[in-house]
Amino acid sequence: MSEKHVRLGFLGSPNSGKTTIFNALTGLRAKVGNYPGVTVERREGKLRKSNKNITLIDLPGTYSLQPISSDEEVVSSLLTGHSEGNSVPDGLVLTVDACSIERSLLLVVQALRLGIPLCLTITMMDELKARGGQIDLEKLSSALGIPVVGVVGNKGIGLDKLKNLTQNIEEWQVPILPPPSKTQELSGWIASVLSRGGYEAPEKDRRSDRIDRILLHPFWGSLAFIAVMLFFFQIIFTWAEPAMDAIDFGVNLLQLKVENIVKPGLLRSFLTDGVLAGVGSVIIFLPQITLLFAILAFLEAVGYMARAAFVVDRAMGKIGLEGRAFVALLSSYACAIPGIMAARTVPSPRQRLVTILVAPLMTCSARLPVYTLLISAFIPRDISVGPLGIQGLTLFGLYLGGGVAAFLFAGLIKKFVVKGDDLPFYLELPPYRLPQLKVVARQVWDRASSFLKRAGTIILSVAIILWTLMTFPETDFPDGTPEVLTKKMAIEQSFAGRLGKTIEPVIEPLGFDWKIGIGLIASLAAREVIVATLAQVYAVGGEDESLREAMEKDKNPKTGRKVFTAATVGSMLVFFVFALQCTSTIAVMRRETNSWRWPLFAFSYLLLIAYSASFLTYRIIYAITENSS
Amino acid sequence: MSLIPLSKLGIGKAGTIKRVEDDGVISRRLADLGFLPETLVILSRKAPTGDPLCFELRGSQMCLRRKEASKIWVEVE
Repeated sequence: MSEKHVRLGFLGSPNSGKTTIFNALTGLRAKVGNYPGVTVERREGKLRKSNKNITLIDLPGTYSLQPISSDEEVVSSLLTGHSEGNSVPDGLVLTVDACSIERSLLLVVQALRLGIPLCLTITMMDELKARGGQIDLEKLSSALGIPVVGVVGNKGIGLDKLKNLTQNIEEWQVPILPPPSKTQELSGWIASVLSRGGYEAPEKDRRSDRIDRILLHPFWGSLAFIAVMLFFFQIIFTWAEPAMDAIDFGVNLLQLKVENIVKPGLLRSFLTDGVLAGVGSVIIFLPQITLLFAILAFLEAVGYMARAAFVVDRAMGKIGLEGRAFVALLSSYACAIPGIMAARTVPSPRQRLVTILVAPLMTCSARLPVYTLLISAFIPRDISVGPLGIQGLTLFGLYLGGGVAAFLFAGLIKKFVVKGDDLPFYLELPPYRLPQLKVVARQVWDRASSFLKRAGTIILSVAIILWTLMTFPETDFPDGTPEVLTKKMAIEQSFAGRLGKTIEPVIEPLGFDWKIGIGLIASLAAREVIVATLAQVYAVGGEDESLREAMEKDKNPKTGRKVFTAATVGSMLVFFVFALQCTSTIAVMRRETNSWRWPLFAFSYLLLIAYSASFLTYRIIYAITENSS
Repeated sequence: MSLIPLSKLGIGKAGTIKRVEDDGVISRRLADLGFLPETLVILSRKAPTGDPLCFELRGSQMCLRRKEASKIWVEVE
């Protein structure tokens, strides 16, 4: 028996319920990937419990098949046979929300023009009835000349009928007359199809309207927006922490276990400081990614995400972005990794790229240990401006500085670097609906696993490369050398240590010495690593009091002055505000933009800004403190 | 009966689209979203800052910025 392989495309506008049907038909085995060259997600799965070999392709939700962006071109070129390596689907299943069928028929018209066998699935029939509307699916089917099935995806209603239909695409009815080709005739054609389909428009969605009266109220709506965003921010910041601590603890435990089993030496160091630390640095992001996408998927499914974008759009418009970019930038305040991944919700490829490029400027939580160390050690505790201590003010200033810089550079990058046309802004406010746990869970799972698979491998390899740089070449120590000293000498002799010394002339204008240089190189793994590296270089066991003391006492052998002057500390803080010292962010950027070009650009422009700003800070503080002393 | 741009419609007021300024990409997409001649549009609400605007048309709530909405001309009573 020769079995023909059938491919079936799933088409529909956003919020039509298409993905619920797709999930119900394919089960949990759908493969998530990417279309080549773009960020558009590609989801494919085999039809469950089918006699035939049928592949379902979940096409990205769209209002139109006439592309106006590179993302949308993916769908249209797939459907017109211009997509490399993808043949045109043998049939299309177009999902339409019964309540907005008056609009969705515009998409149906475009799908009919493709000449591919087409079948409609109508969702939200219960909502249509509840709102006093009506439609007769059989009459609609004969009016359009194509098969029409009513489906309630989460309750399984109509799925069997749809599945039976997919078995015999060649028997699908095709329309005798093509739909009109002139825009002027569309309104009339749709009205006539609907009247022949026994359609009566639903009344206004009173429940959504009542909720919107509060959530989109000029005053209460703004307040609600701020409350939701604060809550959202608080959750990814604090709820993720116990899980992150637990992961940290687990990795430490494993490292200890390995240390008990494996003899001291290269293998042990590779296993604990290379592999385990690397794996740890990948999975440490999972709690935040999972939480972020759980909340995003929930807010999206309820219908609030669109409202949030609506409320904040004008402010974002000032820097050339749009409402949907806000959440991505806000998330980056916790960590740029989930923030950059959240930029997918921005439909314009140009604005999405800008959002991704400035996300690392938002003050992520990995900068906090560095800020805390420097501030608590070098910013006087007892000076205050009014009721506010200068320590707190400095921290606040650093946080604010990152945010302001992100907004500033978003505008600049959009104007000078990422050129091209903007998409017109449009946003549908879907009716408020109860989210389905399955859909939310599915989305979170897809995101987390794609992060592990794609970014995780890069992060792990970089961690191992950094381990190599910090371990080789090895040095021999006389027996009985204290461990803190061997550690200090090992890192000084390593490639990373030598590199730190080599770059000293380059970073000297910023007030940094080679010890800070080593710290900067090590912090490429993750910003907070600089704290542990400095502890290692200063040969202190702990990372807190003793490190602070050692840093305070340290003097430059050439000048006899303290290394950590006010100018150097200020310069270092400013450097951390701007520099993209996070290979995980670079890895995720690479994954989300599908090229090395943009992560390299981000790394370079941020390094340039960091360098210049640090230099200025150093010079200014130096001038002030020199004059006053 | 008079023609006004959609961006000048009052909250809760309705108009019938008569003309969409041809702007290539933008007018094409507006048509795909349902902003077609002879379509009834109601301005359902404005964002707290006054922009974007949310319109009810063809059974959906679609938001546009004033800039795009001003290209759509509607007839009001």
